Amino acid sequence: MITYDVAVIGGGIVGSAIARLLGGADLSVALLEARGDVGDGTSKANTAILHTGFDAKPGTLESRLVARGYHLLGEYAAATGIPVERTGALLVAWSQEQLDALPGLRDKAARNSYTACEIVDAAEVYRRVPALGAGALGGLTVPGESVICTWTTNLALATDAVNRGVRLLRHHRVTAVHQDADVTRLTTTAGEVTARWVVNAAGLGADRLDALFGHDRFTVTPRRGELLVYDKLARPLAPCIVLPVPSSAGKGVLVSPTIYGNVMVGPTAEDLTDRTATGTSETGLAFLREKAATLMPALTKEEVTATYAGLRASIGRDDYLIDLDAGQRYLLVGGIRSTGLTAGMAIAEHVAELLGGHLDLARRAGLPAPPRMPNLGEAFTRPYQDAAAIAADPEYGRVVCFCERVTRGELRDALASPVPPADLEGLRRRTRAMNGRCQGFYCGARVREIFEGEKE
Amino acid sequence: MTERVRVAVIGGGPAGLTAAAALAPSVAGDVLVLERETETGGIPRHSDHPGYGMRDLRRFMSGPEYARRLTRSAREAGALLETEAMVTGWAGPRTLEVTSPRGRRLVEADAVVLATGARERPRPARFIAGDRPDGVYTTGQLQNLVHLHHREVGRRAVIVGAELVSWSAVLTLHEAGCRTVLMTSEYDKPEAYTAFRVPGRLAFSVLVRARTRVVAIHGKGRVTSVDIENLDTGQRHRVPCDTVITTGDWIPDHELARSGGLDLDEGTRGPRVDTSLATSVPGVFAAGNLLHPVDTADVAALDGRHVAAAVLGHLAGEPAPGGGGVPLVAEAPLRWVAPQLVRPGGPPPSRGKLLLWSDAFRTLPRVTATQDGRVLGRTRLPWPAAPGRVFRVPFSLVAGADPAGGPVRLTLA
Repeated sequence: MITYDVAVIGGGIVGSAIARLLGGADLSVALLEARGDVGDGTSKANTAILHTGFDAKPGTLESRLVARGYHLLGEYAAATGIPVERTGALLVAWSQEQLDALPGLRDKAARNSYTACEIVDAAEVYRRVPALGAGALGGLTVPGESVICTWTTNLALATDAVNRGVRLLRHHRVTAVHQDADVTRLTTTAGEVTARWVVNAAGLGADRLDALFGHDRFTVTPRRGELLVYDKLARPLAPCIVLPVPSSAGKGVLVSPTIYGNVMVGPTAEDLTDRTATGTSETGLAFLREKAATLMPALTKEEVTATYAGLRASIGRDDYLIDLDAGQRYLLVGGIRSTGLTAGMAIAEHVAELLGGHLDLARRAGLPAPPRMPNLGEAFTRPYQDAAAIAADPEYGRVVCFCERVTRGELRDALASPVPPADLEGLRRRTRAMNGRCQGFYCGARVREIFEGEKE
Repeated sequence: MTERVRVAVIGGGPAGLTAAAALAPSVAGDVLVLERETETGGIPRHSDHPGYGMRDLRRFMSGPEYARRLTRSAREAGALLETEAMVTGWAGPRTLEVTSPRGRRLVEADAVVLATGARERPRPARFIAGDRPDGVYTTGQLQNLVHLHHREVGRRAVIVGAELVSWSAVLTLHEAGCRTVLMTSEYDKPEAYTAFRVPGRLAFSVLVRARTRVVAIHGKGRVTSVDIENLDTGQRHRVPCDTVITTGDWIPDHELARSGGLDLDEGTRGPRVDTSLATSVPGVFAAGNLLHPVDTADVAALDGRHVAAAVLGHLAGEPAPGGGGVPLVAEAPLRWVAPQLVRPGGPPPSRGKLLLWSDAFRTLPRVTATQDGRVLGRTRLPWPAAPGRVFRVPFSLVAGADPAGGPVRLTLA
């Protein structure tokens, strides 16, 4: 049995970014994922914003890594075709308390080295977002905030890792850890994996895995965030990300365009104990509908396309918890909340710096080019619109999912990709099929047939 | 690449095929039906039970048979039927962007008929909370799975809704070996025809609960249960099941109507049309369940026949109706009326009927039309008005409206 140089546990954005970076050195690397697909935990259900880090706590590791990750991921997105829309954001103050907080937020942004924020008056707020509900008193612009495809980000990093020779092991949930003198044996639900070094990027499960290494230093509280996704016909209502001003009343919900051309309202924030509680709740949905009606009344006349619930890994402190135990040859990457989408590649860099004293991380020659990912962004040309692509391959003209305009060619490509989907949900995240307003009324049966047909 | 046709019909269901069949013999030039599915025929293709073709063909046949027959008639009349051709947007007032395996192209037409139909609201749009397991379908998806793809569904189903289409779901489930253990309706009385309901209940021993809603779905991989709530008492209990079908609650497929800038009706959410089925955009017409979500397939088909006259008039150079006309307004508990506009000199609507949708049950409904406080007409119907299905009143009710007067209000008592 092979002994890997490094086993990275967790195929979310952070684990995939780390595996990809380590895979660029002359090392054997395994990426272990407990579930059937990469990015199927916290990474799939965040608010999908590429953050400037303007509102991070200055001086923290998170602040530094988000700012760095913003540029790294921005460049990587351009190279791989991960869709990014530079919409900008607007924090809107609805009370005097919030209005008074704006200068402080602008100064905090500057302390995070982000200096593009400007305070604007109510008239300017409504000029930028005419559909906003009544009562806005002013706002703060954050021109760099952008929307991104979180699914494609995770998949690009994992695909890149696999192309670089990383062994992706799905359905490998770690259940026990045995440490010998120079190797660690990981007992998993699909057999034993042995590695010299182990990186814990297990997200919601990071504290339990940490305990298997004999530590007792933090507890992950699953924090449920529910989202409403409105129909694409509502998209003109939300030209940019509308953020709440953090105040004594809590963090509040945002209204954001999505990269797929919809409008999203959310998230709620509710601490739970059940780490599998990814269902929506009646109270959460009712709260969001009420919020949507206040923030943007015209939304009440639009259809809701989807409702989602995701869990964030909250650890009750204001920073990431990244710690190397050289004696154990074990590195913990914990407490990575929703900013981890942006920070992921910078976290990987930071991890490499920590490991650099122990492993030879020199970039090896002849690395494959970054993968070119299929475009899921509504603002960019998609295969159904691409006359040349259809002429070269008629399958790109065969629209299967009408609402999201996903073609047979794209479904085929996803099923034949280096990291193929394990189920229909995985196919949704790779293509948008069945994610639209009809939720499978028209195409559900056909997509299922194609999925099962190609798998055979 | 731009292709020129005389008439482009978007949607090859009963309304679109019937419109094409009516137009093709009289139009010099191409009548092109653009259908995004692999076959024409629309929803009846996968409704594999009898009940189709009564009003338009004077026959009684199954959905798939009906779909084949309408397809044949359109083709024999000389219409061009193109499948796997999806209209994705507009490049001009009557110029369509079309994607198909044959390429991406523009189709410029002298007249466009929108016949894009309607779909059922899926679970998220109904705000049913809980997990997202497999086994939750709309009727459309269920029938697609069972009739076109011959798939297994579960063993125990709960159906949300008790409309006509909900009973269609019961039949499909029965055929697939799945028992319907419960149907829920938020209304006081189940919506479907009594004639269907009683034998249906006896034949399939389905329990129908009125004033009840499904509040949550449970299950990780597959549905395991639903929570239902009595709307009057607030009492809840859990019902074990492995399949949930959300039925009815129709919304027109109005995306092209909206992106084309057509005036929409707030009630139907489809385009506003006059009695000739002309929309607010000259040369753009509409027919079928896009306009009245939803009536039966044969009524949709007869819209297709009706719209032909206005399309031919437009092609012959008759001036567009322009502004004017008297709007029809549905007052609660009526949700909508179709068509919505009566123009001076315009024809009576399809079948001489106005279509109405009620959100309340009335045993012997009386509909009154008033204009500027003056009663134009009153009619009492011998059959009930019930939520979940269209009911129809004679156009004569509003025919005496003053063309210079205000809106005509329709009320239900």
